[in-house]
Parts: sequence; C-alpha cells; structure tokens
Amino acid sequence: MPHARSAPESVTSMSKRQEFEAAAATRILIKDGPYGTEIQRAKLAAGDYAGDTGLKDDQKGNNDLVNLTQPQVIRKICDSYIDAGAHILATNTFNANRISQADYGAEHLVHEINVSAAKIIREAIDEATAKDGVPRFVAGAMGPTNKTLSLSPNVEDPGFREVSFDEIVEVYVEQARGLIEGGADFILIETVFDTLNCKAAVMAVKQLERELGQDIPLMISLTLTDLSGRNLSGHTVEAFWHTVRHAKPLTMGLNCSFGAEQLRPHVQILSDIADCYLMAYPNAGLPNDLGEYDELPETTAALTRVWADNGRINALGGCCGSTPAHIAAMAKKVEGVAPRALPTVDQHMRLAGLEPFTIAA
Amino acid sequence: MSDLTTARFVNIGERTNVTGSARFKKLILADDYETAVEVARDQVENGAQVIDVNMDEGLLDATKAMTTFLKLIAAEPDIARVPVMIDSSKWDVIEAGLKCVSGKPIVNSISMKEGEDAFLDHARKCMDYGAAVVVMAFDEEGQADTKNRKVEICGRAYDLLIGIGFPPEDIIFDPNVFAVATGIEEHDRYGLDFIEAVREIKQRCPLVKTSGGLSNLSFSFRGNETVRRAMHSVFLFHAIPAGLDMAIVNAGQLDVYDQIDPELREACEDVILMRRPEATERLIALAESYRGKSAADEKAAEEWRGWDVKRRLEHALVKGIDAHVVDDTEEARELIAAGGGRPIEVIEGPLMDGMNVVGDLFGSGKMFLPQVVKSARVMKKAVAHLIPFIEAEKDALPEEERKAKGKIVMATVKGDVHDIGKNIVGVVLQCNGYEVIDLGVMVPWAKILETAREEKADMIGLSGLITPSLDEMVTVAEEMQAAGMDMPLLIGGATTSKVHTALRIDKAYEGPVIHVLDASRAVGVASRLLSDTQRDEFVETTAADYVKVREAREGKAQSVLLGLEEARANAYDPFYSDRAAPPLRPGIHSFDNWSLEDLRECIDWTPFFRAWELHGTYPKILDDEVVGETAQQLKADADAMLDRIIAGQWLTAKGVAGFWPCARDGDDVTLHLADREERVVLPFLRQQIKKSRERANMCLADFIDPAGDWIGGFAVGIHGIEEHSKRFQEDKDDYSDILLKALADRFAEAFAERLHQHVRTDLWGYAPQEQLTNEALIKEEYRGIRPAPGYPACPDHSLKPILFDLLDVEANAGLTLTENFAMLPTAAVSGLYFGHPEAQYFGVARIGRDQLEDYSARRGVDIATAERWLRPNLD
Repeated sequence: MPHARSAPESVTSMSKRQEFEAAAATRILIKDGPYGTEIQRAKLAAGDYAGDTGLKDDQKGNNDLVNLTQPQVIRKICDSYIDAGAHILATNTFNANRISQADYGAEHLVHEINVSAAKIIREAIDEATAKDGVPRFVAGAMGPTNKTLSLSPNVEDPGFREVSFDEIVEVYVEQARGLIEGGADFILIETVFDTLNCKAAVMAVKQLERELGQDIPLMISLTLTDLSGRNLSGHTVEAFWHTVRHAKPLTMGLNCSFGAEQLRPHVQILSDIADCYLMAYPNAGLPNDLGEYDELPETTAALTRVWADNGRINALGGCCGSTPAHIAAMAKKVEGVAPRALPTVDQHMRLAGLEPFTIAA
Repeated sequence: MSDLTTARFVNIGERTNVTGSARFKKLILADDYETAVEVARDQVENGAQVIDVNMDEGLLDATKAMTTFLKLIAAEPDIARVPVMIDSSKWDVIEAGLKCVSGKPIVNSISMKEGEDAFLDHARKCMDYGAAVVVMAFDEEGQADTKNRKVEICGRAYDLLIGIGFPPEDIIFDPNVFAVATGIEEHDRYGLDFIEAVREIKQRCPLVKTSGGLSNLSFSFRGNETVRRAMHSVFLFHAIPAGLDMAIVNAGQLDVYDQIDPELREACEDVILMRRPEATERLIALAESYRGKSAADEKAAEEWRGWDVKRRLEHALVKGIDAHVVDDTEEARELIAAGGGRPIEVIEGPLMDGMNVVGDLFGSGKMFLPQVVKSARVMKKAVAHLIPFIEAEKDALPEEERKAKGKIVMATVKGDVHDIGKNIVGVVLQCNGYEVIDLGVMVPWAKILETAREEKADMIGLSGLITPSLDEMVTVAEEMQAAGMDMPLLIGGATTSKVHTALRIDKAYEGPVIHVLDASRAVGVASRLLSDTQRDEFVETTAADYVKVREAREGKAQSVLLGLEEARANAYDPFYSDRAAPPLRPGIHSFDNWSLEDLRECIDWTPFFRAWELHGTYPKILDDEVVGETAQQLKADADAMLDRIIAGQWLTAKGVAGFWPCARDGDDVTLHLADREERVVLPFLRQQIKKSRERANMCLADFIDPAGDWIGGFAVGIHGIEEHSKRFQEDKDDYSDILLKALADRFAEAFAERLHQHVRTDLWGYAPQEQLTNEALIKEEYRGIRPAPGYPACPDHSLKPILFDLLDVEANAGLTLTENFAMLPTAAVSGLYFGHPEAQYFGVARIGRDQLEDYSARRGVDIATAERWLRPNLD
C-alpha cells in the first residue's frame, strides 16, 4: 500500500486523511462555493485572461487560465470563502484538463495551471490556519471533461466513442499530477455525469499514487440529470456507489444539478449506503426563467440544515449560484449540529449495471 | 434494499456467449450486431440478472468483438441496467472489455494457471477497474478435478488475494463442473466432488461466492434435452444448499425439480450423487426412452377428448382448438340447463374460467399473441353458439347481470386505414370480458365522441399507424376536453409513443390519458382503470410519469441543429458522373395482375412475425427457445392460407412504375415532363442535426445530378381483401382475418421489392447483370434506393399526391389516398426510385424553424399546413 505523505506544511504528524477524519469527527465540515461567478464579478478585461502566456486566441471565459495569469483574483475569492467559514477549499480547476483546454488552444499549459491553482489555495489556507489553528484542506478539483466514454455523440452510430478510456486516464493523470505537485491534499472528482469517465479518473489517481509512492485520498461527487435520480450515463445513485466503491473514497456525494430541496431524497439514499464521509454541495435552488439563481442564502441554509438535522451529512458546500454569503449562512446554520455517523454495511457482492444488483450471502 | 435488486441465487444467461450459443456465434461471425443486441435484450427481458459476454472464437478478433458489443449494449438502457460478466480466457480481451463497461462488472476469469505473479497482477487490475472476479480452480499443474485439489487451489488463491487487499466479497470461485456419466469411471465423482468442494470452499474462505458452468455436466447427453434439463435441475437442487451462489446456464434448460419424472429424477440423482455403482448405465438406458418424446405428445393430444366437458373447454381455449368447441359448448349448456341453470352461465362459468387461464398465461409471458388470438376465435365461436339461447331468455335477464367488465370504444383515427394492431387489442380485450365497440378505420372525432356518449362507454381507445394520425389523436383529445368528457383515453399504434402521448396528447385532455405499448398491456390498463381500488393510483402514477417525461424532455439538451444554409453547405456530394444511365424503357409501366406465386417467394417474414408481437429474425425465430414453437405454428398457418389465396385467386397485385428526366435544384428535384408545360417539383427535406466526423447533412436531392439526371416512382397495391375479410369476421374468425391482412401487407412489400428488381434489371436497366438471392434482396444489397413518403428519408406524407398524379396511380394501380395521405387499399406501398450507386437511406430527424419556413415556401403552402405535415420532425 502507498504510504502516507507528510506534508511540509503540516503541523502534526497525522496524514491529511487522518487530519480530515479527526476534523470530521467533531463537526460538519464546510466546503466552499463556485469560482466562475466570482471571477465574472472581478470584471477582468479580455486581455487579462491571457496575461503574458502568449496565447493569441480570446481567452475570455477561460476561468482556469486565471489561476496562472491573475492569481491574486483567485486568492481573493479563496479568502472570501475562508472568511465565510469553509474548511474544504477546492481548486479553481474544473476545466483545467487537456480536453477542455484544447478549446482555448491552451492544452500545453495544463500542468502549470494546475500547479498554480493548487499553490494559491495551499498558501491561502496555510496562512489562515497559522493564525487560527482551524484545520483546512485543499481539494484538487477535476471536472468531467466535455467528452463522454459511455455514450455515442452520434445517434446513428451507438457503438462510436469520441475518446478512449486510456485517453481519459492520461488526461486525468496529467491534471492530478499538477494538482498534487501544487499542494492539493485530496483529489475531488466532481460533477460526474458519466460514470465511466469517473472510473477512468479513479484509475488515473491510482496510477499516480503508484508513480509518486503516496496515498492520494479521493473525493467523488456525482451529478444527477433527472429528478428520478440518475446521472447522464443512466446510473442510479446506488448503482453509481457500487461502481466506485473500489476507490475507497474519503468522501462520496452529490453536487450541482438541483437545489438542496430536490437533492434531499438522493442525499438520503446515499447517506444510508455509503460507508465513507458524505459531502454534498447543491446549487442555490433552481434557476429562474432567466437562468439566474435567486435563492437567498438563508433559504439554502435552512434547507441544508434539514439534512444536518437528519444526520445525513458530513460536509456541506455550494455549487452553481452559491456565493460566499450562501456558504457563510450554511456554516452558521449547521454550527453545533452533530455530523452524520458512518453506517456499517454488510459485506455483500455489490454489482451494478445502470441499476444496482446485490448478491447476498 | 428491495428484493428486485438483491438475489440469493443467480442464473447467469449464456446466450450472449459464442461458446455457449451457436446462434449468437453465427450472428457475431456474420457481423450482425444488431440482432446480437436483441439476443441480449431478450435475455434481460426474460429475467437474466447478469449477462455473460464471451467472444472467444478462433475466427474472431475477440477484443474487437467484445468492445463493439459492450459499447452497443451500453447504448440500450433496458439491457445496460443489469451488470455484465466479461468472459474470456484471454486477459487482453478482459481488460479491453473493462474499459467499456460503466457499472461494476464481473471478470470471468483469472487463475493461477500462469503462476502467482500473473494471477496477482490481473487481480490488482480488477481492483483498479472496480470489478468482481471469477477465479477458476486452476493452477500451474492444471485444472482441479478432485475435491481436494479444488479446495486446495481455491484456498491458496484466497490467501493470495486477501494478501493484496482484494475484497473477499468480490471473489467468486469456480471449482469446475465436468461431464459425468461418460462411461469413464474416474468421471463418476465429478458431480459430487464439485458439490462437496463448494461446501468446503465456502467454509474455508469467508464471504466468497461460488459459481459453475452447468452445460458441461450433461455433455454426454447432447441431443437429449429432457435428460439434460433434468440433470441440471437435480444438480442445482443439491449444489445450492451446499453454497453454490450462481451458475451459467440457459434458463430454458432448467426444469422445476418437483415436476421431473420421478424415475428420471432418481436416476439423475444416483449419477450426480454417486449413489449406486451402476447409476450411469441406468441413466443411459432410461435416457433412450426420452428420445421419442413426440410420440407421447400425440397420445396426450387424443386423450383430452375423454375429459369432462369443463376441462375440455378450458383445454380448447388454452390450445386454441376450435374443432369441437360448438359441440362441447352445447354439451355444457345442456348440462347447466338440466341443473336449472341459464345459458349465460356457460360463458360466466367454464368459458370465462378458460379465458382467465389464457389471460394469466399471456400476462405471465407463457403464451404469445398468435395463440391468444386463436383462443379468442374459439371463445367467439362458443359465444356465437350460445347467443340465440341467451336472446331467447333475454327479457328475463336484469340489465346489470348482462353487464360486461367494461365498455370500450375503439377506432383508427380519421385519415388512417391501418387496423391490424387495433384488431389485436380488441380481440385481447374481448377475451378478457370487455365489450368492445369497434368503429373501424378512418373514424372522425365526432363519431368517436358521439358513440362513446351514446353507449355510455367506460373509455376510448385510439389507434394509428401513420404519422399524421398523431395530430389527429391530439384533435380527438382536444375535442373530448371541449366536450367536457372525463373518461380515460387510451393511445396505441406503431407511431405512437409515451413521449408523444405525454408531450402532446396528455396536455390536451384533463381526463386520464394512457399510452398502451402493445396488446399485452391493454388488459392490465383497462382493468386498473375500471378498478375501484386501483384506478386513482394508476391514473395519478401515469400522469406523474408523463409530467416527468415532459420535464425530462424540457430539461434535456437536444441535439444541436445547424442553420439550414450551414446544413446545405455540408450536403452529400456524390460523384455525379456515376449516375445511372437514362432508362432503357422510359415512360409509365403498369402491371394489373402480378403473379402472387412469384411474390410469395420474396416475402420478408421478419416484419410478419413482428406484427404478431413475436420478436426475432426469420428464419432464426423458428428455433427460438421462447417463441420458436409459436412462430412455427404461425408460419404453418400462414403458409396454408397463402396456398388458399393463390389457388383461389383471392387477391390481385396491381402496380405502376415510371421514370422522368429531372435535375436537382437546391433541395428540390425538378421533373421535366414531355407532355406538360409546367415542371413538377419534388421538394425534399435536409438533415440539420450537427454531424460528427465527416458525415454529410443528407437530403434525397443530393443524389440527383443538377446537370441532368433521372428519377423514378412507383405504387403497388393488393386488392380483393374485403370479401374474404368480411367472411372471416362473420365466421367469428379474427385469427384468419388478421392473418389475411398481415399477409396482404407482406405481398405489398414483396411486390415493391420485386418491382424494384424489375426496374433495376430491365425497365431502367442500370443493373442488368444483378443476381441476388432473396436474402440479399431483403438486406437491400443492390444499387439504388426506393424511399417512401412518410418514412425517415422523406418524412412528408404529402408528397404522395404529387407522385400519384405523376403515375396516375388511381387508373394504373387502383389506389386512392385519404385526406391524410394514407393509401387505400391498406396493403400498398409507394415511393421514389434513385439510381445513383451512392444513394442511401437516412433519417431526416429533427429540423429547424428555418427549414420549415423554407419548405413551406418551396411547397407553396402556409406555415401552419407545413407545420402539421412535418410535426414529427419539429419536436
């Protein structure tokens, strides 16, 4: 087994996994919110995105590149989430992979972007923790890429795939390597709409663990595409959990797609079956007719408080539409509420197609 | 966790395994993945909880076959819902498979055959991919044959796996099932050794599962299915309590233990459990007596005539035998009358009891549609015999006692003439005690509503086959709403769908709207709608389901559409110089009595079986484990009727074909007619969905040279059906009536195929040398296409009037069109001929507003009309 990494910044002899477990035993941990809307509010000029990278194309909208060209902007956002009370700070790297960056002609910068992104968060939380002693963690975030391994983009040719498993593994190894090099404590595979892409990401992290000879705890977060509780590749929440259990993730959970209200039944299902920590970060409600999120922080906080009261949650944060104010409201609302106790589940053979299948002893 | 997703013993289907299924092997070798996928679907529909996929065949590129097949079934939600077992003796094939499977699969198998290092390497990879694994009891020395070797090897493998952190609950040991009763003494212990090994392995290795491939066991009795099935069942009966968790087995090859002939069962048990020294000899001797099983069946067939009348009636209904039914019904009537009973009691008693048995068997998938329709024929004849007696004492009968379970008004909507499906549903409902008022075809909404009100119907059922019928159904729903009705509306027919029902019909009508997928669901739907206790819940669940469909639809990212100009820029660009030469015999050619005998030879039977809800490809369907017997019987009945049709000259095949010089003009094709001033324009639609890779956005006009070319057209129809259909109906023989209609449809299709061939080799003559078998014809392995208006490449039915005018179809082939462009008589086909070698079929699919506007201008109609015509391509 890979041995635990001793981070130079760490003030204790515990591994980050153990530190997380220790922190999660005492409270519901708070994760940050999204970067995209906050970057927009920084009102960067088109040229600010590209900075001195020499990239010719218009880079406006390439939020991941900002890690490299305008790190102070990212740092400021990170600080605002720390001030809001977040313990788990994700890197701004949702699209910092070779496939997504190819759209901007920036694929050669993937490694640098990820290293820089992780460094910004690392520095921000180390400074904060040095002051107040509150443990905080860097989650190196990896998005789903814009290619899918489970589905054909061409309805007339259902056997066709745009990309291969090995290619996706390679793409994720590159991104994860940058994130770990920059100081990420965990890898967060988030917004999983395609289960097979997620399996490739798990494979990538396992390969990287062997390459670096260190333990890299995983956080996995599924996103649903319909209210019946399936992701885009068609897996139910339970089938998805069966499929990724082998990753032994530190946290498993759900993000995006819906607001806390709609996500509640699915968090509940997962809470009963996942024998690891549960982290969920819903959107701030559902978008209104103009596609904007207008759920007030207090509303979101009240809805997620219900999860906490029911003992369903170990870590809580925000996705689309959430602001530092939402995170602060959620943090305040669950203060003092006991975290979810991990369930003990029977050791059965748990298989899955799109639906779960268990063979009892 | 629900029972549905948790199992204690698992049958793993072996029909998608080239080493276990000769049929599947043939399909894969022939590259027929489409049918191969259907095999997987059948298997899941028939209850397989895991599907085993194996492509280990010397003639195959197993890696390619494995990945191709796994990706294809991943695209089928009703198959992909169950886990896959990736089965290969080659690790490369397994690993390639692991990269395509998105759930948590089982790897079958790894072993210590090549030593511990390779074994553990493979095991680690299975952990990384997240797969459970079958471990064969196989080591460096070979396959374990004795109990001790099996237990020892599995124990050693277990310790190694636990040592690397492999989860014990993800291990399945396969301790090798070998053939018994081979005549070789050392083989006698194989069955018992397996069972005992399973018991010890489960004790020695906590949390593991065990599995075995059953077909090996009975290998020496190949060809004797009765004995094989008995052996498998007996084996499982003893192995499961010993701890066997799963088996790879053809579920059709299992009997219920209790129902095996006790003598055979004991002989099998003696062999498997080694209970006596001469067990093998006894089983072999006994097996011989099970070979000539069909003789026994015949004897049983005669026997039933000696049973009591109630049982005879039930038997006749279940088996669909009408030979004695009138006599038996009369006997039952007299019997009941002698006891002071009334004639209606024959129906309410023995006949309904028999039909309930039929209903149960059909509902549980043990009977198939053709059999049910035959049962209905028997029932109708029995009822017809009783009606005069019932009428005679009608006055004495209170109204409510004559009440059927429920009353349903059924109709094929205005503008549509197709009624095979509707008739089948009607028959099935009648069989189940519902009163069906069938208004026939082309029924305007006013008549449907009026009848429903006058008859105080409980519900309305609408049917339709062509796409304009979908709009007509919406109209009926709107009118029901306007009339303030609230009775349930049932929707069925080939073009209808749950999505269309949810999106358009359900929204138009506040009463319950239910899409009925096929005839087998009709009774369930009707009975729930009429049930006091289930109705509300059923209606609410369905409505909620449709809301969900609508929401999913609204939320769903639709495929990206190109602008029309952009799509046109990506038009298909053939080598126009390859275009077909001008026709050898231009002009219009009509045929007023094509030989039916000739057409019979090129009938494509697969769609015929589909019309009867028997799914599978002909001729393979005749050997299908589940529906094969039914399919054979249906084919025999069809052949007998074909003989009668041809000998009695019941039907006449009339057709017409013609060719015109033309040129492509954008998405139009302009025809230059010698005898007319103005030019005739055929406007076509272009695909607008954004294509991946190098694919073009096709339009039929692309296959026509703008510099000058030729196009053809045809229409064929089968006449004369009405007289015979009427006779069958009068004779209460729905089965023959539906059979006749289905065969007429097949004749029309065969005629279209034959005429097209005649056009290619002779009339147009661009392929004079063509020599194709019937099979090749059905697979369309020829040059050129004949797209039909209303079908995917040319979805606008309204091109039919133009074509009919060009060919003067009414005079030349006796066909007419309804206001919604359905052809009369119903058994008819019309279309266009394209001769370019690159011409191909495609689906226009969804088009944009820009093309709708452009098309309405080209077609010279207002937007609303064009919208109505193209509705299915707009949503």
